Amino acid sequence: MKTIKYLGLVIFLVGLGIFAATPFLGNFKVDQKGFDEIITSQGIKSEILIKDLSSKIINKDFSSSTFLAPVLEDAIERANATHIKNKEWGKKVYATGDNMAAAMRKSSSYGFIPENKGIMWFLTFGLGIIGALLFILPNIVLLGKKGIKNDGIYLQSATNRGLVAWLVFFFLVSFYIILYFFSEYAVNWTFLVDPISETLSGNPAGHWFVYGFMYCVVMSVMAVRMYIKYRHNMYQIFRTTSVLFFQIVFAFLIPEIMVRLQMPYYDFKNAFPLDYDFFFQWNLKDLIANGGIGIFILVWGIVLTLVIVPIMVYFFGKRWYCSWVCGCGGLAETLGDPYRQHSSKSLFSWKVERWLIHAVLVFAVGMTLMTLYSFFAESSTVLGIKTQTVQNVYSLLIGAIFAGVIGTGFYPIFGNRVWCRFGCPLAAYLGFVQRFKSRFRITTNGGQCISCGNCSTYCEQGIDVRAYAQKGENIVRSSCVGCGVCSAVCPRGVLKLENGPEEGRINPTEVLLGNDVDLMDLVNKK
Amino acid sequence: MEHIVIIGNGIAGITAARHIRKLSDKRITIISAESEYFFSRTALMYVYMGHMKFEHTQPYENWFWKKNRIDLVKGYVNNVDHANKKVQLEDSSISYDKLIIATGSKPNKFGWPGQDLKGVQGLYSKQDLEQLQENAPDNKTCKRAVIVGGGLIGIEMAEMLRSRKIPVTFLVRENSFWNGVLPKGESELINEHILEHHIDLRLNTNLVEIISDENGRAKAITTDKGETIECSVVGLTAGVSPNVDFLKESGIELGRGVKVNRLLETTIKDIYAIGDCAEQHQGIDNRRPIEAVWYTGRMMGETLAQTICGNQTEYKPGHWFNSAKFLDVEYQTYGWVFSERSKQDHEAHFHWRHPKEKICITVAYHKDTKEFLGINTFGIRMRHEVFNKWLTQKKEVEYVLQYLKDANFDPEFYKQYETEILAKYNAEFNTSLSTKKKSLKRIFNIA
Repeated sequence: MKTIKYLGLVIFLVGLGIFAATPFLGNFKVDQKGFDEIITSQGIKSEILIKDLSSKIINKDFSSSTFLAPVLEDAIERANATHIKNKEWGKKVYATGDNMAAAMRKSSSYGFIPENKGIMWFLTFGLGIIGALLFILPNIVLLGKKGIKNDGIYLQSATNRGLVAWLVFFFLVSFYIILYFFSEYAVNWTFLVDPISETLSGNPAGHWFVYGFMYCVVMSVMAVRMYIKYRHNMYQIFRTTSVLFFQIVFAFLIPEIMVRLQMPYYDFKNAFPLDYDFFFQWNLKDLIANGGIGIFILVWGIVLTLVIVPIMVYFFGKRWYCSWVCGCGGLAETLGDPYRQHSSKSLFSWKVERWLIHAVLVFAVGMTLMTLYSFFAESSTVLGIKTQTVQNVYSLLIGAIFAGVIGTGFYPIFGNRVWCRFGCPLAAYLGFVQRFKSRFRITTNGGQCISCGNCSTYCEQGIDVRAYAQKGENIVRSSCVGCGVCSAVCPRGVLKLENGPEEGRINPTEVLLGNDVDLMDLVNKK
Repeated sequence: MEHIVIIGNGIAGITAARHIRKLSDKRITIISAESEYFFSRTALMYVYMGHMKFEHTQPYENWFWKKNRIDLVKGYVNNVDHANKKVQLEDSSISYDKLIIATGSKPNKFGWPGQDLKGVQGLYSKQDLEQLQENAPDNKTCKRAVIVGGGLIGIEMAEMLRSRKIPVTFLVRENSFWNGVLPKGESELINEHILEHHIDLRLNTNLVEIISDENGRAKAITTDKGETIECSVVGLTAGVSPNVDFLKESGIELGRGVKVNRLLETTIKDIYAIGDCAEQHQGIDNRRPIEAVWYTGRMMGETLAQTICGNQTEYKPGHWFNSAKFLDVEYQTYGWVFSERSKQDHEAHFHWRHPKEKICITVAYHKDTKEFLGINTFGIRMRHEVFNKWLTQKKEVEYVLQYLKDANFDPEFYKQYETEILAKYNAEFNTSLSTKKKSLKRIFNIA
């Protein structure tokens, strides 16, 4: 069994290695026809740029490791300088170097990778999946009897911020940086999943399709790990199945199929303000232009945020979204599960959390109000501030760096819910409802707590669960995503996630059940 | 300002300190030789097993003590001088106005030959944990460990060592694990579970001698069955007794522990004792005079803080409850369920066990009045409040079994067994009771 496990690890690492090397393998060469197509599709009207690039690009052989974006960026800048000087506004170029570079590579790469998509898929995703499963499945036997399987977590490099953890950190951060900022290097990856994309939406894959597909693959494989690790715990199994379903069907398949049916690309479970660009002008215009289905999505999006989300939080707590439905939560609960113990439990982090997450919520709502004002008043500025600029800043800082690079990249160091705890504006909104108007609580079982601290250690949201449990108090915290792991790891059966009457949900207690009844009454009476 | 000095920073002493601080402005000093800050002793096993780091066992952040003006002194108290109201440390002394002794327990040693060899240890203190990490870091250094004493600490120690794949032989004096406390069916379930975890369980077996190698290190043990078992580590886990040797000359009346009355006062004015080291003159209800349990330590701390702050309060623990975890099987108990060995004539048991899983319950009731006396559950969590209420209301056993769903505390979506349990009861007693649906109203309107 151990041998299978290590064999799996080797296969996985080979797959991962090939995947990591793929962006830099092969060549591309743009011919005149391909060049013209890109110029048209990018809407470029500047002859200066076209002339400049023609000489630099056409029929030149580039290796995939060439960093093309700065060359293009440079040319665009120079062309624009001239156009601005001549006040030729119609000719100004808005395309970005990275986009153009990606488009060029996509249409003109040649060599082994684009010509052997199936084989390359197998050598990367295929080996990765097989290897990971070979690594994970023997645990059915190796982990022994069902129960809590946290042995050695703090004795292993990967889960105790050791070298392996830092390597994973480095890999994840690099991956997100390429994805968000250097998408030209993601083009070779897109070839691997072209056949899948073409089957679903009819279009070749872009780098976001690679991400979406990979997200589903990673979640599925790591869900297998969850099923094995928590096979005694039906709540964990239910929850894992639920997030997996919503990720694969709602976040991945339905939007792709909608594109095939000439409908807008839309993830029906992605609620504003997590879906921060829902009210952006281009999206509203696109939805309205799409007629019936577009209007339906528009109404659904608004109803989801204003009605469905709060009502569901009232009945079930924010867990219904954050750990049963949400994609970010889904990745955190599968890929991120081995790192859940790294969230800081200090009072200081709790303070940081409250400032940060509410600041992001204010930012998101403020930006959206500006956007809507701009949309209806048809003005590009609000009080002298350019709406577009605010949107760009949010997209970059919050959408890309916080949610992506830090949110996932930092899993092995700061735990798996960095984004959900410190940044997600939807979580902040759900948190208000959960804290002030909800039936959800984690019930503390009378006086049974022994202050061991398993609950706090394994709380991914950094809640000091024990601080409440050892006082006999229920845990009612806006940040709790109801993952249920505190209850699972409790050796004494102290914690239970449940929905019940609001009355008595928050129960400050000083003397715990089990002691003198009169004393309890005396001290606990408020 | 009155100065309260507490010897011992375990759950009893710390709870007393916290509550005194809540109720008053008195000066509070806590003395401990074991650790700088309060940690949860019950969690030491998880540090060895790699579930946690030591810092995670500390329920309060380090700034907590200063902020709450609780002074922490690291040192060992050699003697208490009650005439001058002073405690004597190694190289200093501290005056007190009121003294609380909360020094907990120490592992029992019964004079076995070789019990002080290297590699022989108990598992109680932070130092014991550190020693075990040294003695048994992995299964190459420690080829086999022998654990002597079949109680809660013994099985925890076995679980710990198994988490590092160290072969374990577990010597249990009784003919079934912990059967002085657990009824037969439950004790057997745990025997089976111990074997499932590949622990070499030897029932009815006593330690005779621990044999030393040439370096004064344990290399083997012999049993009363005439066997010699080679091992690198010997765990002595045959219970604990009050850690009160330093008080022998103090004039405070000692039994096995520090003798206290219901106000937790010792025989000397202004000196109190709480937690594992306190010994009631007479056991309260069915309780033992010395209760070495986390919860009672805490409860005594809560109670004594009231008395010290002017609200004289007797220690009146309510209905007995306790919990433990045997490897993967959680155990809870509410009320009194005695083993065959110690139960009284009127106590009858109803036992249900799952056909495959390690799940069972035992309900104790009065044979004649049918009054519900207590319940033990293995692998099913129960709600403390509900059982507390039923015990207070002296419900009959059939009521409890019919309304058992109200008491279930398992996580959502868990399979529930109330129907099977009641079916067995119906079959045994020729009744036709039916389970009542769980009612949030009944559960949450408890007060």
